[in-house]
Amino acid sequence: MKPTDIAAPDYFHKVVDCQWACPAHTPVPEYIRLIAQGRYSDAYMINWKSNVFPGILGRTCDRPCEPACRRGRVEETPVAICRLKRVAADFKDDITHRLPRPSAKNGKRVAFVGGGPASLTVARDLAPLGYHCTVFDGDPEAGGMMRTQIPKFRLPNSVIDEETGYILNLGVDFKGGHRIESMKALLAEKYDAIFVGSGAPRGRELDIPGRKEAAAHVHIGIDWLSSVSFGHTDKIGKRVIVLGGGNTAMDCCRTARRLGGEDVKVIVRSGFEEMKASPWEKEDAIHEDIPILNFLVPVSFIHDNGKLTGVTFQKVKAEYDAKGRRNLVPSGEPDQTIECDDVLVAVGQENAFPWIEQDCGIEFDKWHMPKVDPKTFVSTNPKVFFGGDAAFGPKNIIWAVAQGHDAALSIHKMLSGEDITERPLPEVHVSSQKMGIHEWSYDNDISNDKRFKVPHRDKVIALKDIRTEVELGYDVKLALGEAHRCLNCDVQTVFSTSLCIECDACVDICPMDCITFTENGEETDLRQRLKAPSPHPDQDLYVSSDLKTGRVMVKDEDVCLHCGLCAERCPTGAWDMQKYLIDMTQAGSTCPTKSRSAA
Amino acid sequence: MTYIAKPKFHHPGLKKNELGYTHRDYEGKISTLCAGCGHDSITASIIEACYELSIEPHRVAKISGIGCSSKTPDYFLGNSHGFNSVHGRMPSVLTGANLANRDLIYLGVSGDGDSASIGFGQFAHSIRRGVNMTYIVENNGVYGLTKGQFSATADRGSKSKKGVTNTDNAIDLVAIALQLGATFVARSFSGDKAQLVPLIAAAIGHKGASFIDVISPCIAFNNHAGSTKSFDYVREHNDAVNRLDVLVGRDPIAVDYAPGTVQVVEQHDGSKIALRKIDADYDPHDRLGAQTFLARHAAKGQIVTGLLYVDPDAEDLHSHLNTVETPLNTLEADTLCPGSAALDKFNASLR
Repeated sequence: MKPTDIAAPDYFHKVVDCQWACPAHTPVPEYIRLIAQGRYSDAYMINWKSNVFPGILGRTCDRPCEPACRRGRVEETPVAICRLKRVAADFKDDITHRLPRPSAKNGKRVAFVGGGPASLTVARDLAPLGYHCTVFDGDPEAGGMMRTQIPKFRLPNSVIDEETGYILNLGVDFKGGHRIESMKALLAEKYDAIFVGSGAPRGRELDIPGRKEAAAHVHIGIDWLSSVSFGHTDKIGKRVIVLGGGNTAMDCCRTARRLGGEDVKVIVRSGFEEMKASPWEKEDAIHEDIPILNFLVPVSFIHDNGKLTGVTFQKVKAEYDAKGRRNLVPSGEPDQTIECDDVLVAVGQENAFPWIEQDCGIEFDKWHMPKVDPKTFVSTNPKVFFGGDAAFGPKNIIWAVAQGHDAALSIHKMLSGEDITERPLPEVHVSSQKMGIHEWSYDNDISNDKRFKVPHRDKVIALKDIRTEVELGYDVKLALGEAHRCLNCDVQTVFSTSLCIECDACVDICPMDCITFTENGEETDLRQRLKAPSPHPDQDLYVSSDLKTGRVMVKDEDVCLHCGLCAERCPTGAWDMQKYLIDMTQAGSTCPTKSRSAA
Repeated sequence: MTYIAKPKFHHPGLKKNELGYTHRDYEGKISTLCAGCGHDSITASIIEACYELSIEPHRVAKISGIGCSSKTPDYFLGNSHGFNSVHGRMPSVLTGANLANRDLIYLGVSGDGDSASIGFGQFAHSIRRGVNMTYIVENNGVYGLTKGQFSATADRGSKSKKGVTNTDNAIDLVAIALQLGATFVARSFSGDKAQLVPLIAAAIGHKGASFIDVISPCIAFNNHAGSTKSFDYVREHNDAVNRLDVLVGRDPIAVDYAPGTVQVVEQHDGSKIALRKIDADYDPHDRLGAQTFLARHAAKGQIVTGLLYVDPDAEDLHSHLNTVETPLNTLEADTLCPGSAALDKFNASLR
């Protein structure tokens, strides 16, 4: 193998698995260390810069970081990254003085369709640069799906108000209750750019017999949640069936439990394991006495002269074809009818753009989705950008934020007369953490603690009021314990070939058997010859150039604890622990300096 | 010195030996020696050898004297018996322990100061008596704990860190061990685990006095130009006569080397050593030949490593003394003191 180029910004970035997995590339270990130090406001600001909604995401994020967390490869469970983010939001001081100030306007006007996470991210990035941002939303308040679809017992209004407020106070003009009905009309208003962040607002229908007749008691999940959110709906029947296995279904069933539903069931076509809902959301639903029945496909709504009485299901089983694809086939057992008073349909969401006229210069593909460049987020109309669910279909808030940052950069470049396809590289800082002979500026003593549970409010109390938040969040002590579980994967092991005397001290001390000195070879061959097996080929090998004996140093990054013992036991300082910090390019980032040093 | 404990987590894919232990289970406390010390690599090699042999840690007694090397038993086999004895007195303490309980595996760990100076006589007599043990000298040629004075194994003409030339002749412990009748003699290098681990494993399987001289560079005081015990010097002057693989159990030996280059030696414990010859003329069963070979190469400034001599039919002190199979420390009073009838019978035999 060729010697690893650690100066390539992506190399060490991949080692920080959580940050690499996060669409917005939030520097997770950096803020977790700050939490451990009690510097909650600093931790919050790192998050705020990167993911814009730390308090909201700390309660609702789908956490792509956690399955990636290295700790999950070393023991059973990853670090509770998401809930630590909430800790930063919960315990921070007043941070308003640290936010950008509304700046003098530069005369350029940008319109936003929809006031959800994507639009607000773009507005946050552009407003401080002097753009006049006008956000239109059909709902009276900002937040989009964060406000309308996520139940208050998971995400209180106060948190949404605070974090949308930080953005609107940057001088963003929010036009609530103003739904954009025509793109043509909006274009006619001569904005310099338009950002469409209107989400995926349409709940998918379930067109089976009885749907029309029983319509009064069959509700589309996201519409129903939104209606509950605005207080238009405050009760439901005692027996409720929720159809669907995603996170919306979990929100529906738990909301139903709080509005009078006593016998609430979630019924899914697939098996329990394949459900789209996050495992922790399923757990929370089950904890609230909501059974999840699987392998049942709804075939008809049963009604008595238009009064819903139940749903009939066909029983299915999973069969796998030669390619390992799963098919649901009838199991042959008789159909089952389950009685109920109300049904909530949460079987997916769709995009809908009835308000974009055909002659706006915005082309759509065969799935009726706008043609959007996945890097710049520009549509076929060079002044119109898309982001969030509106661009590529339903995903999570953190994706909307990440896409918002990229779209904001495009808009800024376009309106500065630059080529939007040229994306400036992120800025990278690498600095040694050595403080003394065996002292590091980070806590390298590995904690053996198991993941700490987030305290929940007592179920009886929680189920009484739909606005009572269920999760209480970590207290300071639990947060400190959980923060210590972080392995500091951003503190990198950096190897200097010229200093190495091949004494084997690092090999002997490494608790994870990560390091091997051996003859060079092709990657597949090298992976066979490591000191410990290498079960994850997606995890890079760090290979040095030739050493004095003609061998090379090979480090499997896979399960490195970043404990720094290799560097402590190295007599010549050939190993050093260096913190890698990457600043993702956002609109208005100053030009990154070329003088990057790694090693 | 490292202040944190070595993390308990280990690689999830670590192999386990017959006892279900990983090599991490054979570790001791974290080393307090200088960073990069050759001794730590020897420690790691002992751990590896015991892991590979699936030795139960409680069946091992590790005994040492005083010095950097003699601190190391604290860093391996945390669950075995240990005795950190007086300077140079490891051999006699080990001999006593061995006489009292012949069932344990004895690992004597010593240094060049401990064995070639203050304990030279002790070293000589334990070898001479054929105590069943593995005697490892972690040889760095200097007194590291007292800041790098030459030890008795420092080569004449080699330079100290300050530039002073050594004018005394060196003691070659391997040559002495051969001369005193050790039945397993080897030399190795802390920077070559591929050679060292099988040597330690084979020595543990050998019945009789096994002696391994391991050159172990002292990073702090003896790893400079002019030293003959530095990483660079040893790597340049290393002349390995053979390589060996230790084969445990009854698996047939897969000989994939050119015919005539592999020699199989069966040991008392049933294990086998497959010796791969590097020097075609070297015969590890020829004590006199080994002595000459060593002397000739030493004169050329070469460091001969590998398994230098082995007597597969060796006997140990217990066979010489004709002691009972039962460890003496478990004999009960009625066995030790069989009564006046037995005494009379014994006395009669002397008349």
